[in-house]
Amino acid sequence: MANKDELLRYYRDMLMIRRFEEKSGQLYGMGLIAGFCHLYIGQEAVVVGVQSELKEGDQIVTGYRDHGHMLAAGMEANGVMAELTGREGGYSRGKGGSMHMFSREKNFYGGHGIVGAQVPIGTGLAFANRYRGNDNVSVAYFGDGAANQGQVYEAFNMASLWKLPVLYVIENNQYAMGTAVERASAETELHKRGISFEIPGKEVDGMDVLKVKAEAKAAIEKIRAGEGPYILEMKTYRYRGHSMSDPAKYRKREEVDDIRSHRDPIEGLKGKLLKDGISTEDELKAIDKEIRAIVNKSAEFAQSSPEPDPSELWTDVLREG
Amino acid sequence: MSVEIRMPALSPTMEEGTLAKWLKKEGDTVTSGDVIAEIETDKATMEVEAVDEGILAKILVPEGSSGVKVNAVIALMAEEGEEISDVSVSTDAAAAEPAPEPESSAPAESSGVGHNWAGARPSLEIPNDPEIPEGATFTSTTVRDALRDAMAEEMRRDKDVFVMGEEVAQYQGAYKVTRELLQEFGDKRVVDTPITEHGFAGLGVGAAFAGLKPVVEFMTFNFAMQAIDQIINSAAKTLYMSGGQMGCPIVFRGPNGAASRVGAQHSQDYSAWYGHVPGLKVIAPYDAADAKALLKAAIRDPNPVVFLEHELLYGESFDVPDLDDYVLPIGKAKVRRIGSDVTLVAHSRMVGFALEAANALAEQGIDAEVIDLRTIRPLDTETVLESVRKTNRIVCCEEGWGRFGVGSEIASVVVEEAFDFLDAPPARVHQKDVPLPYAANLEKLSLAGVEDIIEAAKKVCYVD
Repeated sequence: MANKDELLRYYRDMLMIRRFEEKSGQLYGMGLIAGFCHLYIGQEAVVVGVQSELKEGDQIVTGYRDHGHMLAAGMEANGVMAELTGREGGYSRGKGGSMHMFSREKNFYGGHGIVGAQVPIGTGLAFANRYRGNDNVSVAYFGDGAANQGQVYEAFNMASLWKLPVLYVIENNQYAMGTAVERASAETELHKRGISFEIPGKEVDGMDVLKVKAEAKAAIEKIRAGEGPYILEMKTYRYRGHSMSDPAKYRKREEVDDIRSHRDPIEGLKGKLLKDGISTEDELKAIDKEIRAIVNKSAEFAQSSPEPDPSELWTDVLREG
Repeated sequence: MSVEIRMPALSPTMEEGTLAKWLKKEGDTVTSGDVIAEIETDKATMEVEAVDEGILAKILVPEGSSGVKVNAVIALMAEEGEEISDVSVSTDAAAAEPAPEPESSAPAESSGVGHNWAGARPSLEIPNDPEIPEGATFTSTTVRDALRDAMAEEMRRDKDVFVMGEEVAQYQGAYKVTRELLQEFGDKRVVDTPITEHGFAGLGVGAAFAGLKPVVEFMTFNFAMQAIDQIINSAAKTLYMSGGQMGCPIVFRGPNGAASRVGAQHSQDYSAWYGHVPGLKVIAPYDAADAKALLKAAIRDPNPVVFLEHELLYGESFDVPDLDDYVLPIGKAKVRRIGSDVTLVAHSRMVGFALEAANALAEQGIDAEVIDLRTIRPLDTETVLESVRKTNRIVCCEEGWGRFGVGSEIASVVVEEAFDFLDAPPARVHQKDVPLPYAANLEKLSLAGVEDIIEAAKKVCYVD
């Protein structure tokens, strides 16, 4: 069971993602962030819970809804926000944008805009760990939409065949853009999608960070022990549309409100912290204040950081060899 | 009536083989399905099964014979009720070297078009690269073995280099390019994959992001279309999208272009496709020395490299310098024949045709310069322009389709950069604008060959 410091850290990390995404949405509305911008609001418990079980050298890779994963991996809010605004101070120096950010230092391998492409890539990270003989694992996050891409199953097959140390986290937020899972998937219990590859899978309440953490811990222990890949299907929910330009007419307002008021991951942990006397309203308020300050600072940084120098147009196409 | 047993073709590109062993002797009774002989091709040893029943009456080609042409009569069988002594070699059978083909698909003469097996490979006018030191010795090596040697040398040099693909390990390579790598490097570094191009290309990209140096073999580049998203969207673009953080040191290699009589889905040239994409390097060598030196360079390059080989060159032998570490720079074309009247630009197998065309043109008083591009991206436009400024005429030759092709790009560059030097509009020689047909005569009509190059060269020289 997590101790107080850990619990407060999960609370803090989830709140950071929430506040960061709210600010991103605001900046998008102001025209400071352009293009596609997919917010992670509602799904925070998934990445925070899984991340809490990773160790130095473990790698993660995800799709286009990636801001939360970057923050959870320890990347700076300033660098992420400045990438969203397309500025020099961004993680990709403004050349990647919302869907294409990376940090070699934090073992964050993107940020991939092609649905499902991160799954073979994450499997390749695991292949590299196996090749080098270290005990690191990789985590490939993908959504219920990506779970219908063919390359996902090509990767499953090889990962299981070669017993690669990879954790597949399916973030089932119920909607692939506007298409509900049952309208797109013959098998809606996505954790069973590994059965024909002999990959075990489990459904997890992705709105409860402690349940996520517990299942991630169990799965990663098996993977690290050499038992091969594992699938965790996180039942989660995004409160916002698919992207900023999605009015989300495919679901009822009541559905969103119901989950927000009864299953919100941050409110859930907050309730526990207070009920069990682990923390106080004042302590949590102080955390919120501190986070708002960091996020506001990142928004300022993202606006004050200059646009990339025009010469940057021509850099990073190829490495000098 | 005796039955003729002929040398079988055991692959689409086989022209001849070695009759390694007879498993039946004269006088033996043969039932259909019996293995009667073993035949070695450049790729494999194969068993030959009898189709007809009877008695093996006469062996015409003794075991150990090499260079036995496909379709040559190798033995005669007596049918039931026929006396062995009655079986004799008919003049017809003895002359049956390659069986006569219909007029429309007769093998090309040395000046013909399409597949040209008959003519000797023209001698290279400028055999040495400046990179090869004076006095170096050479060994005649097939393109296939040169590629294998390149991989083996780089694997010895760098433990992060590994090879993966379909049939690369236990089967020793579908085209035997990875022959004996498994034996030397083990199954950790020579990895057989399932038939799953999209998946293993993506897996290779992930391994490259993590710092390994995968050499991903596609059985042919036709199958890489299943994987082209990972090659372009993941391998080629990520360095840029990450602001320079995520290099992808990977080689995608395999045979590209038309093989022989394998139809439209197995006969496509992807030079222009990959040449279009920033973030990739694209190499398409002609001879064995370049294949070796450029594959070594590709494996060492920190960028994703698409390495386009040619199945019909795998079995061809060329001199390769006996150097411990022969590496060429990527992006440098080679002038293979110096000439003054017209520039012929080509890559991969078309280089051989261009050289043949140049020899034929010389007999007609036209002195052609032949440039082997070797690399498609980055394109060595300077070597091409320098040549055109001298010859004032250019013919761009490629195996693939002409529209939006490599030749179109070169023609554009020449018009943009050397317009005032041109004495004729640039000409393009390329495949016809149709999917590659199967029928022998149509296939020949579709593919560009020596005669097309000669015709185009004469046209830009205004010679009838």
